[in-house]
Amino acid sequence: MSTRIETRFKACAAEGRAALVTFVTAGDPDFETSLALLKALPAAGADIIEFGVPFTDPMADGPAIQAAGLRALAAGQTLAKTLAMVKTFREGDDTTPVVLMGYYNPVYVYGVERFLNDAKAAGVDGLVVVDLPPEEDNELCLPALAAGLDFIRLATPTTDDKRLPAVLAHTAGFVYYVSITGITGAAQADPAAVGQAVTRIKRHTALPVAVGFGVKTPESAAAIAANADGVVVGSALIDALRATLDAEDRATPATLPAVTDLVGRLADAVRGVRRQAAE
Amino acid sequence: MNAPNSFRTGPDDNGHFGLFGGRFVAETLMPLILDLETAYNEAKADPAYKAEMDAGLKHYVGRPSPLYYAERLTEHLRAGASPGMGAKIYFKREELNHTGSHKVNNVLGQILLARRMGKKRIIAETGAGQHGVATATLCARYGLECVVYMGAVDVSRQAPNVFRMKMLGATVVPVQSGSKTLKDAMNEALRDWVTNVSDTFYCIGTVAGPHPYPAMVRDFQSIIGTETREQMLEMEGRLPDSLIACIGGGSNAMGLFHPFLDDPGVQIFGVEAAGHGIPSGQHAASLTGGRPGVLHGNRTYLLMDGDGQIAEAHSISAGLDYPGIGPEHSWLHDTGRATYISATDDEALAAFQLVAKLEGIIPALEPAHALARVADLAPTLPEDHLMVVNLSGRGDKDIPQVADILGTSL
Repeated sequence: MSTRIETRFKACAAEGRAALVTFVTAGDPDFETSLALLKALPAAGADIIEFGVPFTDPMADGPAIQAAGLRALAAGQTLAKTLAMVKTFREGDDTTPVVLMGYYNPVYVYGVERFLNDAKAAGVDGLVVVDLPPEEDNELCLPALAAGLDFIRLATPTTDDKRLPAVLAHTAGFVYYVSITGITGAAQADPAAVGQAVTRIKRHTALPVAVGFGVKTPESAAAIAANADGVVVGSALIDALRATLDAEDRATPATLPAVTDLVGRLADAVRGVRRQAAE
Repeated sequence: MNAPNSFRTGPDDNGHFGLFGGRFVAETLMPLILDLETAYNEAKADPAYKAEMDAGLKHYVGRPSPLYYAERLTEHLRAGASPGMGAKIYFKREELNHTGSHKVNNVLGQILLARRMGKKRIIAETGAGQHGVATATLCARYGLECVVYMGAVDVSRQAPNVFRMKMLGATVVPVQSGSKTLKDAMNEALRDWVTNVSDTFYCIGTVAGPHPYPAMVRDFQSIIGTETREQMLEMEGRLPDSLIACIGGGSNAMGLFHPFLDDPGVQIFGVEAAGHGIPSGQHAASLTGGRPGVLHGNRTYLLMDGDGQIAEAHSISAGLDYPGIGPEHSWLHDTGRATYISATDDEALAAFQLVAKLEGIIPALEPAHALARVADLAPTLPEDHLMVVNLSGRGDKDIPQVADILGTSL
């Protein structure tokens, strides 16, 4: 049986294009707005949804996603509420893959076994856990794979050919290539260097490769989409959301449309690019 | 938990002390910490590196630091004790090191390692500023670029150290995120490292972080306990009966404790910062008031809420104001080899003043926490009990803050 992630990447490949992977933080700026946004993303053009699990100390994230997490936590977001949001989303959408992205401690404290059961039951498809490298696979990666959830690994510019096999060994769903050395939303990815890196990774795996961390605009998304199976945009969406909040960081009528409009433009950009190296 | 045959063999190859430790870092950093581990293992086996360390410790740091019999403090505490009671108290004088604390022991080791690795840019996090000052000092000594991340709250309460770092040529970056204290400084240093992977060496100041840092920093700090052992044998003809040290991340404590872990006759006490008191929730006592979790590259006891969100620690002492603790301490806690207790802000402040008046030594607020517990442990112990307290830093940096608390304007 194909997973939602496999099916979606195959469908995009069949259209000769990359998938648009959108990142938003669960509960930012509040539960209701975030749930409405989650539900609106597929129609706006998101192919895959990365749903950020807020954490107080997100050491790989830049200011935009740090602030989003703190807004969500201030509004009372918890991992249990994040899973409940996915469950509600699944009642109306059984095809768009949802990947939870975050840090290990909230999952560890929730309890790995309980988390995997609840995530699977809620309709989560995969996990990206920033601070769990292959050296810590026994913690969550292997139990997640056994539970039928994809464990999506980050590969980075510092992951050389010698290390790549270890990084890819238990990766499932897709490979998330971090296009810059740095934190989310920092530098702009260099499409040429990214293209070479994607080619290099593909020598080691048949999995789709999505590229993120330095993609900010429809133009840069299009440039990356020429060489990758997926393009991940996060901080730019968070910035768009933040710009609509009132002085107390509350949502306004402009919040939802601001994010979905940008998702739409990103989707148009990604869809406008025929893959140069379609397999 | 069953006691292991030795408490001194950890960590295992993957950096675990029992449940604790590990390498919980982003993939970008994994190749860097693996390189660091290889470089450290090579350096450890190289006599030239050891010779360079020994020379630096002797001629630049000023080691060995004295083991000093605190006669008047001992007599003062005996005066309030039952006849025949009142432990004999020794200070391990780490505050006499160059830069004024134990931090320099570790920084020397890491900077010499960074030089071997060809790294030109050094980053560090700091709480009280002692580690930042030590790092800035060694970077000045070896002509390396130095960037120190320090929580904005700490920048304002440790102004003398901020100025010292700048004088030494370092760039001090006030960190505005989160609680604006040590944990946030560490987040920001990790963000810097993930960004500047090719030329930057992250000089962590305590026995925490991803493997190999907890073991490496412990090794560098173990000179404290190794010297104490030799000095006590020379002065008293036997080992001490107890050791006591303050704990934030726990590097001064681990440095004193580690060489004695397999001496069952030596009792070991770590003193965490209880802030306004453990029941208040405003404290930094991770072992007393926390649970195991994962932060900053290792699994250890952490202060956090039920959702795994890290809590803000509180302590009068910027150097102890951290919601975690080194993983080896968590393991020593769970195995029962060491006993972890705590002291409040007020108790530390009282001990700070007591030791200044009785011994002519102004301790830093950090070791003042250990001294506070010495004041009530010593009278319960017999006169022939030898107790060593690690005087890990001097209090000059705390003068403006203490003056302010005591209502004196400078």
